[in-house]
Amino acid sequence: STSRTTVDKNEMKTFLALAHRWWDEQGVYAPLHSMNDLRVPFIRDNLLRTVATHQPGKPLSGMKILDVGCGGGLLTEPLGRLGASVIGIDPVDENIKTAQHHKSFDPVLDKRIEYRTCSLEEIVKDTVETFDAVVASEVVEHVIDLETFIQCCFQVLKPDGSLFITTINKTQLSYALGIVFSEQIAGIVPKGTHTWEKFVSPEKLESILESNGLSVQTVVGMLYNPFSGYWHWSENTSLNYAAHALKSSLQEQPAPAEFALKGEAEELQAEASTNSGVQEDLKK
Amino acid sequence: AGASADNVYDVVVSGGGLVGAAMACALGHDIHFCDKKILLLEAGPKKVLEKLPETYSNRVSSISPGSATLLSSFGAWDHICNMRCRAFRRMQVWDACSEALIMFDKDNLDDMGYIVENDVIMHALTKQLEAVSDQVTVLYKSKAVSYTWPYPFSMADSSPWVHITLGDGRTLQTKLLIGADGHNSGVRQAAGIRNVSWNYDQSAVVATLHLSEATENNVAWQRFLPSGPIALLPLSDTLSSLVWSTSHEHAAELVSMEEEEFVDAINSAFWSDVNHTDFIDSAGSMLQSAVAFLKPTRVSARQLPPSVARVDAKSRVLFPLGLGHAAEYVRPRLALIGDAAHRVHPLAGQGVNMGFGDISSLLHHLSTAAFNGKDLGSMSHLTSYETDRQRHNTALLAATDLLKRLYSTRATLVVLLRTWGLQATNAVSPLKEQIMAFASK
Repeated sequence: STSRTTVDKNEMKTFLALAHRWWDEQGVYAPLHSMNDLRVPFIRDNLLRTVATHQPGKPLSGMKILDVGCGGGLLTEPLGRLGASVIGIDPVDENIKTAQHHKSFDPVLDKRIEYRTCSLEEIVKDTVETFDAVVASEVVEHVIDLETFIQCCFQVLKPDGSLFITTINKTQLSYALGIVFSEQIAGIVPKGTHTWEKFVSPEKLESILESNGLSVQTVVGMLYNPFSGYWHWSENTSLNYAAHALKSSLQEQPAPAEFALKGEAEELQAEASTNSGVQEDLKK
Repeated sequence: AGASADNVYDVVVSGGGLVGAAMACALGHDIHFCDKKILLLEAGPKKVLEKLPETYSNRVSSISPGSATLLSSFGAWDHICNMRCRAFRRMQVWDACSEALIMFDKDNLDDMGYIVENDVIMHALTKQLEAVSDQVTVLYKSKAVSYTWPYPFSMADSSPWVHITLGDGRTLQTKLLIGADGHNSGVRQAAGIRNVSWNYDQSAVVATLHLSEATENNVAWQRFLPSGPIALLPLSDTLSSLVWSTSHEHAAELVSMEEEEFVDAINSAFWSDVNHTDFIDSAGSMLQSAVAFLKPTRVSARQLPPSVARVDAKSRVLFPLGLGHAAEYVRPRLALIGDAAHRVHPLAGQGVNMGFGDISSLLHHLSTAAFNGKDLGSMSHLTSYETDRQRHNTALLAATDLLKRLYSTRATLVVLLRTWGLQATNAVSPLKEQIMAFASK
C-alpha cells in the first residue's frame, strides 16, 4: 500500500510536534495566518469568475472545496466562512484534532466543514468528480510523488473545477531564504518544515499540471516581508508562488504519462513552459 | 465543546446610544455581513418618536458632512432630513478679549455641517435597525453584567469567544465585542484598558433659544469667553441651540436664574466688550492692517450673531465636561468606539463625529475582513482600525484641549499671541481649508 502514497512519514513527525500551535496568530504559523490575506481572495475571486451570481455575505455558498493538507484548518475556516462546504484532510491526526476542536466552537463552520485524517489518495475513490475546487496550499513541497498527487486532484475535481496551489520555488534564493534564513536564522518557520529537494519550480509544476489535464490559468509570485509580517503579490516567482489551473471539460483525462518527469527531463520542461508564456499578471 | 447556535453571535455591540446603534446599523446594512449575526445591547427602552414633537429637544449634535455620508450609507440620513435638521454654511469663532475672529465658510455654498436633535438621529437609527432585523437583534432594557475574555489563542478546552452575562442571567458568546457604552465604559473597565482622563473645571449648559427676529440662521457662532466658550447653533429660522461651557458655579447659576436674566446673560456674553483692553485692540488692528496690506482682497468681515429673545421653558440643563482617552482601542475580540475610547470637550462640536468616524473606519476593516473570510475578532485588522483612529482622535483631542486652555485666560501675552494666531489663521486660506477638511471628516 505504500507504493502509491504521497505522504512523507518523516515530515509528519515535524508537524505532529507543532499541532497545538496552529491557531496562535503570532506564533510559529504567523506567516500562514497572514498568507490568508492573499490566498483567500485569490481562491475566492477565481471561483467567483466561474459563476454568474453569488449570494452576498456567503459568496462561495453551493461550492464544494477539498482542502488537502489542511493542517489546523487555517485556510479551511475562511473558505467555510465564505459559504463553501469544505472537506479538510490531513495525514497528521493531531492536526485534524486541532482543526476539529477549533471549528467546534463555531456553530456555522461546524456544519460547513468536515475534517478527516487521511491522505489524498485515500479519499479519491469516494469523491470522484465531487469538488468545485481543490486547494493544496503549502503542501506540494511536502509531497513525495507530485505527479500522482496532481492526478488525484484531477480525479476528485468536477469538470471545469479549479485547482489552487501555493508553494515554494526551487531556486538558490528559496534555499537561502526559505530554509537557511527562515528556519535556521530568523526562526520564522519551524526547523525541519521544509526539505529543499522536494521544492517545485513553477515550470515543473505547470508541465505536470498540463500533462495531466489541468490547464494553467495563472501563476503569480508571493513575497513575504518578515519585518511587517505581511505578504504581497509579485511578478517575481523565485520564492513563493500561487497557481490556478482548470480541469478542462472538453478533453478526457489523458492516458497516464509514459515517462516520469524527473531528473534531467526537468530542464527541458522548464524551457518549454517558459516559452508558452502562461504567466499572467494578477490584478490585486 | 460544541456551542449552541442560538447564543453565538458574530458581533455584539454593547451600548445602544447614537454611536452603538449606528455601528449595529452600519454592520447590518453591509453587504458582506448579510450572513452574520449581530446583537445590540441597550440598557434603556426602545425609543421611537410616534410623532415629531413641536418643541425642539435641547440635546442636539453637530453632524459633520463625513458623519452625514456615513448615515446616508445605510439610509438613516433620509429619515433625518424628512424629520428635522438644520444645515449651516458658515462658522464664526471669535475672542471675547480682542477683535480676533476666524470665519469658516465654503465658497461653493456647500453645507459645513448640520444641527440635528439627538432624538431625531436615534429615531432614524431605530427605524433602520428594524429594516435589518434579520441580521441585527436588538435587546432593549438589557445590560451586560460581566464579560469573560478568551485566552490569546485557543487552548485545550477553552472557548475562543467572549462570554457575556446579562443582568437576567442569560449568557451570550461573541466573536467580536464592540464597546460603545460611553465614557464610563463598562467594557473598557472589564478589559482592564487604561484610560487617561480628567474632569474640566467646566460644565456645559444647554438650552433651546428663541431669536428676536426670524433670520436666515445658517451660521454656527462660537465666542471664547475667559470662563469658557459659548456657542449658538441654528435649529430653524427662529430657533437656536445653546451650548455654554463655563465654571461649575456659573453654570449652576445660569440654570437656576430667571428666564429673562438668563437671556440677558447670553446676549451680553455674545455682545459685550468688557474683556477688551486697549493694548490688545491696537495690537490686533496692527496685524489686521498688515494683513490687509499684504492681501488686499478680502478677509471675511465680522458678523454679528442674532440676539436672543427668550428661552424655552425647562430646556435648560447642565452636565459636567471632561477629557478621556483609552490607551488601547482594541484587544483580541474587542474594539472600543465613541466615548468609550475618547471623550472630548464640546467646543469643536466633534464628540459624536469622532464616534461616527470610528464607525466608518471599523466598518471598513470589518467588511473587508468578512469578505476575506477572516475571523472578525482577529487582531490583524483590529489593529489597523486602532492605528487609523488613534492618529485622528489624539490630534483632535490635543487640539481641543489646547484651545480650551489657550482661551481660558486673560493673561495679556497669551491673549496677544492667540489674537495674532487667530488673525493669521483666518488670513491664510490653505490653513483654514485644512482645518475645515479635518473637522468635516
